[in-house]
Amino acid sequence: MEQLWVTDSALTANEVRDRLALASEPGRAPATTTVLTVLSRLERKGFVGRSRDTRPHRYSALLSRAEHTAELMHEVLSSSSDRDAALARFVGTVTAGEANTLRRLLDDLVRH
Amino acid sequence: MIAASVALGALALALAWPVPVALSRAEWPARSPATALALWQGIALGGGLSMIGALLAFGASPAGSLTGAATALLPVLVAGPIPDGFGVAHLAALTLAVGLAVHLALNLGTTAVRAERARRRQHRLIDLLASPASEPTGARVLSHPMPVAYCVPGLRTATVVTEGLVDLLDDDELRAVVGHERAHLDQLHHLVLLAFRAWHAALPWFPIANRAERSVATLTEMLADDAPRRRVGVEPLRTALLRVGSSGATAAYADAPVDAVDPDERVLERRLARLEADLRPLDASARNANWLLATGIVAVPVCVLAAIAF
Repeated sequence: MEQLWVTDSALTANEVRDRLALASEPGRAPATTTVLTVLSRLERKGFVGRSRDTRPHRYSALLSRAEHTAELMHEVLSSSSDRDAALARFVGTVTAGEANTLRRLLDDLVRH
Repeated sequence: MIAASVALGALALALAWPVPVALSRAEWPARSPATALALWQGIALGGGLSMIGALLAFGASPAGSLTGAATALLPVLVAGPIPDGFGVAHLAALTLAVGLAVHLALNLGTTAVRAERARRRQHRLIDLLASPASEPTGARVLSHPMPVAYCVPGLRTATVVTEGLVDLLDDDELRAVVGHERAHLDQLHHLVLLAFRAWHAALPWFPIANRAERSVATLTEMLADDAPRRRVGVEPLRTALLRVGSSGATAAYADAPVDAVDPDERVLERRLARLEADLRPLDASARNANWLLATGIVAVPVCVLAAIAF
């Protein structure tokens, strides 16, 4: 995934393998079949797109890393009941008024 | 049978209104959150059992016992005719009892499935996006400027903090935050919360279910605060709460207008007040009495139902 995120263009499985081989220690590079398995799994989960016009198929990241992270944050922070049931946040929803009160308290605390 | 029905009905009414209202207004739960949490679970379980039990006992009364009613009614369930002694009111009560039980069970099931699905998605994204566990806390780090910490409970767990949080807090504060999240995971708070959320989802018109869910959520937060408070100390936890709370991280992302939040949901203020006051826990005798009460309100409907089963 990392390799697809650093390039803008779509890559074939072989190209992904070559890049992984460059990045990893000698002798630890994955086989093309392994790369293909991982890519198709990522495709099924909606992280990776595959263009079928060419042969071999070219894979590309559907969303950037930042976009994924933003989506994840949205899921964590939005106050939907399903998500509340699934996760536990350190601090729940804070109203604007509350945030101001807290800021004042914090200032008092830091000054002392 | 009628006496059992009336007794269970009375218990159900008590657990549906005066007892939970008194508990949610009481001051002592902040002092001994674990005891209060046990009592809430007793109220929910005992209330559900006695409500369903009261209906069953009344509906089965013509046959003299629950199994008697089952043997009399099940063979004629589809074809009829209605056996002697059973009136429309009895059958309606039995139908209602079965319906309520199925409704509660189904809601628990769907809530659990939805939560599990959301968690699996979280794990997938965390695996892909977060850097592996790092010092000093062992939490996974997401590269995002908003200061957020959370945990994903379940069979497979994860504790996640953002880079924004790491920048905002010092090491002790970070340890307090991660300790808080770990306490949620260790004490399996998600199971209690799940049950109360399902209960609320099953009975959305029932104000006590809402009140119970909020109280339980607050209590689990307080319980999770106690772990880092013992280990790291109260000051880092307080400043961490203040820093994260005042950063306005949630406001930017919340779906609902945040100022419309019910004042009872001001969990954070109550947590802070509790940390500042450094409350003394409840006396052992009072704690034991509450544990006894929590067990009793579940045991009584179970015993009554067992007594009229045959």
